[in-house]
Amino acid sequence: MKIRSRYPRYFALPALLLYGTFFIIPSLSGIVYAFTDWSSYSDDVNFVGLKNFAKIFSPGEYYLAYFLNTFVFTGATIVLKTVLGLGLALLLNEGVKRFVNIYRVLIYRPVVLPFIVVGLIFRSILNPATGLLNTFLRAIGLDAIAMQWLVDPHIAIYSVVVVDSWKGVGYIMVILLAGLQTIPKDYYEAAEVDGANAWQRFRYLTVPLLMPAIAIVTVLNVLYGLRVFDIVYAMTNGGPGYATEVLSTGIFKSFSQGQYGLGTAISTILFLILIGAGYGVIRLLEPKPVGD
Amino acid sequence: MSVKPKKNLRSVGAHIVAIAASLVTTIPVYLVCVNALKSEAQSSSMGIDLPTQIHLENFLTVIDKGKLLISFFNSMLYSAGASILATLFAGLAAFVLSRHRTRLNRALYFFLIMGIALPINFFTLTKMMQLTHLINTRPGMIILYATLQIPFAVFLIYGFVASIPRELDEAATIDGCGPFQLFFRIIMPLLTPVLVTTGILSFLNTWNDFVMPLYYTNSTSNWPMTLAVYNFFGQYKQSWNLVSADILLTILPVLLIYLAGQRFILSGMTNGAVKG
Repeated sequence: MKIRSRYPRYFALPALLLYGTFFIIPSLSGIVYAFTDWSSYSDDVNFVGLKNFAKIFSPGEYYLAYFLNTFVFTGATIVLKTVLGLGLALLLNEGVKRFVNIYRVLIYRPVVLPFIVVGLIFRSILNPATGLLNTFLRAIGLDAIAMQWLVDPHIAIYSVVVVDSWKGVGYIMVILLAGLQTIPKDYYEAAEVDGANAWQRFRYLTVPLLMPAIAIVTVLNVLYGLRVFDIVYAMTNGGPGYATEVLSTGIFKSFSQGQYGLGTAISTILFLILIGAGYGVIRLLEPKPVGD
Repeated sequence: MSVKPKKNLRSVGAHIVAIAASLVTTIPVYLVCVNALKSEAQSSSMGIDLPTQIHLENFLTVIDKGKLLISFFNSMLYSAGASILATLFAGLAAFVLSRHRTRLNRALYFFLIMGIALPINFFTLTKMMQLTHLINTRPGMIILYATLQIPFAVFLIYGFVASIPRELDEAATIDGCGPFQLFFRIIMPLLTPVLVTTGILSFLNTWNDFVMPLYYTNSTSNWPMTLAVYNFFGQYKQSWNLVSADILLTILPVLLIYLAGQRFILSGMTNGAVKG
């Protein structure tokens, strides 16, 4: 009785009220609207069964490309950010002994910049004719790889992936760095005494002991990648054609076109994918938390 | 004898890589800084060269043409408002849910932090915003942003509450503190580090957000800086000096907060993730 009055549940009410009203109720009611022809053209909302979903999954439409692009973006950013982030974390953990804090502050800095601004700056840097990147590549004689970064539909999505990784790698780095710092130094000394070389120490000590941190960054990268919007919108707005259209930019397109039923259906699929992916990744990567 | 030079060489190599990485993350910010001061002609290729002449008037031009005063005010209002509301509400919720872990309270906690992973449904949220008469209003933006920050804020604060000894609560109650006095007089001061972290992160996330105003404001007078800068770019694509000046004004507060509060930001991001 005393405990209950000391920690009254109504303290949680403001947070629950806002979250329930503006997050959960819209998400759940969205599942119902996904089966309707709700649009901005008519006040009537009718149930149309699976019509929206049939349209989304029909091979004649371009919606399947949204899914494909989202998965390519998610997969490529996971690999790039994890590899680069791990490399940088190892560099700051054992490579350099001084100025670690300065490097960390500088490498993390893009994380706090607005996506929209990063997108605009890189639009100028990646301009095929006048941009800094191609100017630099031509200056050092690498004309051959001075590409049409955001114009060529085959490489546009990878250009966005690289820019997004530039922005986000600092976040991954600091998490992995924190993970590395939890590994006791004497493990390495013992391994060295036993004759393990640098690769063996990395493969059989660092990687398994870092697994919990790698699991966390993978979850974060999956959740981020599947929902990505800002950087794509700012850099290509889904173009050229549908070459970089991802689920969230597609959802915004159907919003601007007034196709609410269809957009809600895509949102609902994204909702289900996220629940499935979040669960799957956690299961896959967290068989046994080490050293926790 | 031979070990030392090899070690030194490795260390030099490591520093070279670290400096290169730092340069790569710095160049775009540098580009914005130098090009914001150039003439339109010199900034056309957004090059790394220094301005031949300093054009400080670019800032005045962009503030005037881009209607930046009102946007700056909006960004400040949304970010400060959302940061205060989210931190306060999340603090209250995290405190009781963490201290009194009944089955229902644990379920409520997981229900709240589920929001970290879930996407928003913008269509039905529009309906909700219309229903509550909050669409295209400033209070509406503040409430929306506060809502979006609550899940992660609850998650961060919840972990921290557990590190404050319960004996304090008991002593305070014996001394006659009610729940409000207990929270605001005793617990909140002890939560200061995590509340500062939550406040800063909520402020930055809101300041940097672009999506909410894109969906939910249709009058320019409610636009924050991010939407203003994107729209300005649409109109003045050829004037990279003005676009750069606009970008610089948008990111200046972010960079200042980052430099002043980087300790809190980095600790918040890593603690949150590692504990999770």
